[in-house]
Amino acid sequence: MSELSGFYALWQRELKIYLRERSRIISSAINPILWLFVFGAGLGSEVSVGEVNYQAFIYPGIVVMTVIFSSIFYGAYVVWDKKLDFLKEVLVAPIGRSTAFLGKVMGGATDGVIQATIMLVLAPIFGVKAGLSFALVYLFLFVLVVGLVSVGLIIGSMMESPEGFGLLSSFVTFPLFFLSGALFPLTNLPGWLSAFTELNPVTYGVDAIRGLMLGGYTFGLLPDFVILASFALATIALGTLAFRRMKL
Amino acid sequence: MIVELQSLRKEFGDLTAVEGASFSISEGEVFGLLGPNGAGKTTTLHMLATLLRPTSGTARVNGYDIVREPAKVRKSIGMVFQEPSSDDLLTGYENLKLHALLYGVPRGVREKRIKEVLDLVDLWDRRNDLVKHYSGGMRRRLEIARGLLHNPKVLFLDEPTLGLDPQTREHIWQYIESLVAEQRISIIITTHYMDEADRLCDRIAIVDHGRLVVLDTPENLKRQLGGDIVRLEIKEPNLKAVEGLSYVKKVEVKGTSVFLTVTDAGAHIQEILSLIGKVDMAELRPPSLDDVFMHYTGREYKEEGEEGGFWERAMTASERR
Repeated sequence: MSELSGFYALWQRELKIYLRERSRIISSAINPILWLFVFGAGLGSEVSVGEVNYQAFIYPGIVVMTVIFSSIFYGAYVVWDKKLDFLKEVLVAPIGRSTAFLGKVMGGATDGVIQATIMLVLAPIFGVKAGLSFALVYLFLFVLVVGLVSVGLIIGSMMESPEGFGLLSSFVTFPLFFLSGALFPLTNLPGWLSAFTELNPVTYGVDAIRGLMLGGYTFGLLPDFVILASFALATIALGTLAFRRMKL
Repeated sequence: MIVELQSLRKEFGDLTAVEGASFSISEGEVFGLLGPNGAGKTTTLHMLATLLRPTSGTARVNGYDIVREPAKVRKSIGMVFQEPSSDDLLTGYENLKLHALLYGVPRGVREKRIKEVLDLVDLWDRRNDLVKHYSGGMRRRLEIARGLLHNPKVLFLDEPTLGLDPQTREHIWQYIESLVAEQRISIIITTHYMDEADRLCDRIAIVDHGRLVVLDTPENLKRQLGGDIVRLEIKEPNLKAVEGLSYVKKVEVKGTSVFLTVTDAGAHIQEILSLIGKVDMAELRPPSLDDVFMHYTGREYKEEGEEGGFWERAMTASERR
């Protein structure tokens, strides 16, 4: 029983800390909004993708960008937990390492979904109406966030210093973002770029969420879901392993 | 026996941190692991708490094997780490609630138990303050309360007063003493403070360079030296004259100081002073654990490089986020 209540406790802890740090919430929302208004409006005055205005086209991509950055960065808190020795309190408790990992994942996923919600309430400004399919948008965001948070936690479990984490994580976040089709359509890409985008799991999240909001999928909703779910399951498995091997 | 070590050994690469220690601790006992920094005290504690795997040997805690039944061992122990390990963005109450959930304390007794332990360390009134607003001593008390929350059989205290000011240390000692009086619990304390071990512990194991040097009650350890300590400041001591005396157990010269271990020193001081020569200063005191340490290791008790102290840790912690 303590596995379940332990999972719940760790999740609650992450959520409380997140809600107590308003500066973290606000600062993670500022960058994406700048992208939308400056980059989106700037290019949007000249460019449109098919029928869709460029600003509206990148809107789903920027929502995904928000969760990429907040989810991967969330792994830094493991490094802090190590430095603060709070991690010892968790690891000496009679719960499994996998429970410790899943509690963390759930906490990070909740943070990410809240962060995405802040962006989603702006949808009408950009002329995006998704109606009932918003429930599906949340499902896809959640699965994507679970995978990304796990990646962040894996990096965090390997790093000793926050500086090291920052360095390594930026090598992960930027390619995930730029190679996801968040800023450009995936049709008619040069071969090498197309190959990279197809290897990037985030691509399928952008495809699904953009499709749900604006219509028109590159891969289709079901393939997107299967790939994202496999990504999340694989990173959870790897993350559990990483937490088992983690040294104090 | 609530804790039994069986040739418990830990190596880190070439370094032997703990050299196969075997001893046991009985129920209700306050047991001290005393030694300089780097002696292997924390390593021993971390092995007993299943945070480190022994290289060889094992131990039983509350009847459970630390290698084969780590989960049961964890449920049986409460751990207070050397470094602050509470979350400073949560309140004192929230830290305890988190702990209660992690240890599966049943819902029905949870609130009652949290109040009990907070009362024990006098923090009930501050329960709703964020831990980052606590002083170092309060934080240590909170973590002691947390270690007790799930009714463990054994409480591990790793350097409970490291880096605290003398007044706060005194308070922590009083809390530990009242704990011993009120709760039926065994306690293992690691410390490099002689006075702390002397005051709190029923039995003390002196460890040095990963080796168990001697284990006994503080009284016996001191009695075994065979007398009181007479320290004399003297330029030209006539050592020959005192070395032959039956009641002088040991003579040691350190610079201009002469240390004599003397049986029933009060009765013999007059004779020693008249034999040894012109004395600038004389001091007579009962033996301390410092003398015991020197007796068994042949060297003075010295700090060997500070492990990150409590305050340094707390300082880095406050830079967080």
